[in-house]
Amino acid sequence: MSGFTFVGVRLVDPAGGRDETTNVAVDGDRVVAVGAGHRGARIDGAGLVCAPGFVDLHVHLREPGGEDAETIASGTAAAAAGGFTAVCPMANTDPVCDHAGVVEQVLRLARDAARCDVHPVGAVTRGLAGEELAELGAMAAVGVRCFSDDGRPVRSAQVMRRALLYARTWDGIVCNHAEEASLTEDAQMNEGDLSALLGLAGWPHEAEEIMVARDLILAHGVGARLHVPHVSTAGTVALIRAAKARGTRVTAEATPHHFTLAEDQARSYDPVYKVNPPLRSKDDLEAVREGLADGTIDAIATDHAPHPPESKEQEWSQAPPGMLGLETALALTMTSLVRPGVLSLQAAVAALSTNPARCRDIGGHGGPVEPGAAANLVVFDPARPWTVDPAALRSRSRNTPYAGMEVVGKVVHTVLHGRFTLRDEQLTGLS
Amino acid sequence: MIAHLLSVEDLSAEQIGVVLDTAEGLKQIGRRPIKKVPTLRGRTVCNLFYEDSTRTRISFELAAKRLSADVINFSAKGSSVSKGESLKDTALTLQAMGVDAIVVRHWASGAPQQLTRWVDAKVINAGDGWHQHPTQALVDLFTIRERRGHLEGLRVAAVGDLFHSRVARSVVQALVTMGAEVTLVGPPTLLPPRSEHSSVETWGAAFSHDLDAVLPKTDVLYLLRVQRERMAQQFFPTIREYARLWGVDRDRLARLPEEAIVMHPGPMNRGVEISADAADAANSVITEQVANGIAVRMSCLYLMLGGEETAWPAVQRR
Repeated sequence: MSGFTFVGVRLVDPAGGRDETTNVAVDGDRVVAVGAGHRGARIDGAGLVCAPGFVDLHVHLREPGGEDAETIASGTAAAAAGGFTAVCPMANTDPVCDHAGVVEQVLRLARDAARCDVHPVGAVTRGLAGEELAELGAMAAVGVRCFSDDGRPVRSAQVMRRALLYARTWDGIVCNHAEEASLTEDAQMNEGDLSALLGLAGWPHEAEEIMVARDLILAHGVGARLHVPHVSTAGTVALIRAAKARGTRVTAEATPHHFTLAEDQARSYDPVYKVNPPLRSKDDLEAVREGLADGTIDAIATDHAPHPPESKEQEWSQAPPGMLGLETALALTMTSLVRPGVLSLQAAVAALSTNPARCRDIGGHGGPVEPGAAANLVVFDPARPWTVDPAALRSRSRNTPYAGMEVVGKVVHTVLHGRFTLRDEQLTGLS
Repeated sequence: MIAHLLSVEDLSAEQIGVVLDTAEGLKQIGRRPIKKVPTLRGRTVCNLFYEDSTRTRISFELAAKRLSADVINFSAKGSSVSKGESLKDTALTLQAMGVDAIVVRHWASGAPQQLTRWVDAKVINAGDGWHQHPTQALVDLFTIRERRGHLEGLRVAAVGDLFHSRVARSVVQALVTMGAEVTLVGPPTLLPPRSEHSSVETWGAAFSHDLDAVLPKTDVLYLLRVQRERMAQQFFPTIREYARLWGVDRDRLARLPEEAIVMHPGPMNRGVEISADAADAANSVITEQVANGIAVRMSCLYLMLGGEETAWPAVQRR
């Protein structure tokens, strides 16, 4: 008999409206049964949660071009260890993912080496320069659904408007890094009393909100789909809440670091805490949590940004922004949101899986977990305490800001199209 | 014993008092024919300078030499740094050489604090980015105390570019710690951003944009250098307008109480924050600060490297 069954797991499946203790049986690449009975090998799921595999809308796998920091193999291994079954790598590779050739290269590398599905994000403009539109159609033809210049905001309102409008051809999504660059020249951390005390140039929250407001107005006007990445300020949460209320087609994500860490980490001058947008005030952090709680923010995305040690062991102002996220996302969601009662477990799974899959039209992920569905699943222990150890990470880089932090929530198994990518917390071999 | 001297924020009033009292005694050495004592014989102090500096570096060098320490000067230009060596690797090299103290000047805020993670040597911040310049603040306090006899209750107006100035940040915090009443004066664009709402909690100081109103209630007028490039960055429209609103000339000096003193950490921009004739009036204090600079830095080195019997009272982080 082939296949396997998670026996006695708590199935949390927002898309299917389920939260119950049951058995989930998998055969081939499909879920074949949910309910009593089992098929194939029995895998004890007592005390564990089974959910649709997590989907990360915002990662950096660094390949091609940045293989010293991460590769598609190492980055997707980290994803599997974190319970993810699909990730969307950003276009800021070298060469830039601004034409179909690079998309195909990434997809081919993923076919050979990835431990999760890879849905590349295409650039909005050539070379991420913000001037000429990239060939969105050619990239859409090989499966790209979302376009973004990643950390480079599309500065021109005209280019942004054209991109939103043009992407409607495929009902595509434009994601714009929200930063009004004239306000953030050489900015190093959140602007406020602390940046003034530390002598670091400030990144004012207005710079994010001005850009989000502009993009919401543009997207509303042309009826296009906008995705707001890494919401970091209270003002941004309020803008998106108001836009959703008036029917703008907008989705939004927040990162674990923006709902877990605040700007005071910069007191250490350790660039592991440097990120863009920066860690904000405690009030902003609370607003991001509220935005997740009331559904203003749809998804939790990691902005997993690996950097080699030598680039983070520099003066704060010289070090590049960005931090790892894939292997700690579930734990921080459990620790910072579920345990304090900000999100129910159901809402946490929705934010990690169901909603992001919908935000990006990623089929086969996010549930419902029902017979016939693609078997993309995660099984985790929602309460298990553990301590983040950078040396134990599967990522090629070590720039986690959570080193030594005690968290709860551990991924035990990850199943991708019916096969284990992580079993009993160990990565499985690729075949 | 204090581990490192990184920021004035780390110093209590008691600790600052000990530095100043010790400096008073050490200042006498500079007046002797043989300006040297054997206190730090066998100790090695490295001056690690990533930014050009003449006065601060020489002041530290003389301070260390008068205490008989061996001094190494390491500047970023013409060294392994210009070949691309990282701060960490430079730190590890100095660590391997067994230096006892590193006096570091760096263009990046926080670099001295980062250095403490990689070396066992005591780190003294000689100015980092926009952040801190604690020994300059201690020198200024020493000079003020010498002139006025005390610090507590003195009314100090600090005028100019308070946002981009590590000296301003350090001096203001040190004066507040010692119980002075500090007012920060300048255009809102050159005051710390968003601090209008939180000046007292964050800085322990009041804010004002009206210099003429502040002058008659000032015991110490502390002028800060205003870099001309700030005009290009639109912090204020023109030098002329800046000088008219916040520059100090003879007329404004006349509004000060008679016994008030005028200070400037230098180098002065004559015609910007201070007119030429007013600068000459202020100059006497400035030359005095040079001699005091050596004494105060000797005091810091002595208290940090001189062994248990010379120790500063234990650090109490505020």
